[in-house]
Amino acid sequence: MKPHFTLRNAFVAALVGFLLALPLYTGLSGNSFLLTLFTRIVILALAATSLNLIMGYGGMVSFGHAAYLGIGGYVVGILAYEGISSGFVQWPLAILISALFALGIGALSLRTRGVYFIMITLAFAQMVYYVAVALSRYGADDGLTISRRSQFAGLVDLSNRTVFYYLCLALLLGTIYLIWRLVNSRFGMVIRGARSNERRMRSIGFPTFRYRLVCFVIAGALCGLAGALLANFTNFISPAMMHWTRSGDLIVMVVLGGMGSVFGPTIGAVALLVLEETLPFVIGRLGFPFFGDAALRAAEYWQIVLGPMLLAIVLFARGGIYGLLTRAERG
Amino acid sequence: MLYFLEQCLNGVQLGMLLFLVAAGLTLIFGIMDLVNLAHGSLYMLGAYFAATFAALTDSFVLGAVLGLLATLVVGMAVEVIAMRRLYGRDHLDHVLGTFGLLLFFNELVRLIWGPAGMTLSLPPALLTAVEILPGVYYPLYRAVIIAVALIVAVSLYVLIMRTRVGMLIRAGASNREMVSALGINIKLLYTFVFGLGAALAGLAGLMQAPILTVQIGMGENILILAFVVIIIGGIGSIRGAFVASIFAGLVDTLGRAFLPDLLRLFLSSDAASTAAPALSSMLIYVLMAAVLVLRPGGLFPAAGR
Repeated sequence: MKPHFTLRNAFVAALVGFLLALPLYTGLSGNSFLLTLFTRIVILALAATSLNLIMGYGGMVSFGHAAYLGIGGYVVGILAYEGISSGFVQWPLAILISALFALGIGALSLRTRGVYFIMITLAFAQMVYYVAVALSRYGADDGLTISRRSQFAGLVDLSNRTVFYYLCLALLLGTIYLIWRLVNSRFGMVIRGARSNERRMRSIGFPTFRYRLVCFVIAGALCGLAGALLANFTNFISPAMMHWTRSGDLIVMVVLGGMGSVFGPTIGAVALLVLEETLPFVIGRLGFPFFGDAALRAAEYWQIVLGPMLLAIVLFARGGIYGLLTRAERG
Repeated sequence: MLYFLEQCLNGVQLGMLLFLVAAGLTLIFGIMDLVNLAHGSLYMLGAYFAATFAALTDSFVLGAVLGLLATLVVGMAVEVIAMRRLYGRDHLDHVLGTFGLLLFFNELVRLIWGPAGMTLSLPPALLTAVEILPGVYYPLYRAVIIAVALIVAVSLYVLIMRTRVGMLIRAGASNREMVSALGINIKLLYTFVFGLGAALAGLAGLMQAPILTVQIGMGENILILAFVVIIIGGIGSIRGAFVASIFAGLVDTLGRAFLPDLLRLFLSSDAASTAAPALSSMLIYVLMAAVLVLRPGGLFPAAGR
């Protein structure tokens, strides 16, 4: 029997505890910025978690996962614009349409392997992006403001920041549980088997293409849900939601946190976005005594630090943060 | 008809620029097995260097030559400092690491040259038009781009197929250990190949600079197009990159020029003016998806892959 109390589990428990308790702190201190930041983090963690299902467990590196974020968002935005603001219609539709797109994209893309797969998913995401740019009725390039968040017949009030945060967090934890159950089921075994040796899985008699496709569709649908949340969070949709660098960000989150572990993407999303928020500040503070105003100016260009940092993580920290914890345990 | 001819030439010109970027990308991919997302940054750097040197020396040609050399040096430095450590890793590691480099270069350029773009103006001698057919004029500079890229394509072919260095490059692509066991400094060879790819990207960037403005992120759009091109052509195949570049350039340019009118034949003019821009931007990706579905290895799959 595996020990339950490990460094990894303690870290994950601390993180979940922190996320659960955060609204208490922000409510007491009145620091609503922190709550807004973490709502965004939780939503993007949901998207990264869905990407991890295909990337970490299925070995399908999708470079176009932000497309579903955009599709989910646009479904909510367009319905709201056309006067249907019921969340009971918007959200299931966002999930369904993302799943349909994933079905089409997956059916074509999964015929390829390796770099070809990375690039064909990118190509499909670009197509969706350009469709959004051309939707002149819905703001085209400039995007569309959503005047009213999804309505749930008075059951849940999304305009309340704390309620919205807890809803996102509940959906994230629910998704993580779902994926944990999924990858440890027979279905998950087939997916993981197909990653390590597809030919062998096929010769045992599993139609791996169908399994992988279903996996791809589930990931797309979950990311569509994240898109619906994101549109409600920002009250705004635009093609920038699915710019290709956003897909890159999602990959970074998954790899930074630790691929192929259910909590990894959440850790990665928290790490990356907190880093984004604090790096300018840290550079300014640390550099000020030595370089004076130059450090404050350099703080604006924080990506100059983030870029090499990513490279260093790739080079020296395989398995991301979760992998580091695992290695720390083994000593 | 004349308009069609002009658009065809523009398509070929775009294809030629794409080829310069894609050739470097496919060389690096085919030989070092490295996916380089930072290739577009070298394209951008080429343009910035050329604009800076041209402003300093007051000469377009001198600026271009110095810019090209500077990009070559930066490319080789990047290979020695970072890329060398990525060979033999998983493709996902390449995507992530070079994505980090791309962020780094964008910020570096913003730090050095500022957020506003630059312009690189042409000497008056290049601003004229040439008569390509009796009574048909075409901008001289665009013709020069086509000519330069053609010369580069031929030299590249000769370099790789007919010289000793090219033989070593091809040998290094198929068996790295064997080549180094025969006493060849394979690390130096790889640095050279990466520098060559960087210089080609820089050349494309600085030639494009007078037509568009020099700005941050200018390399990203062409990077994605170049990836599309090498996927269509077959990864690692320079011949494939050449054919696919021209094909993609023509499809993109002709699509943008004629699709609106074509759609108007079938759709109401309102629907056509909405659909046309989206469809013409997508056309090149549709082409790639179609090629991949029909021939998952590209049009000219490189041998032994």
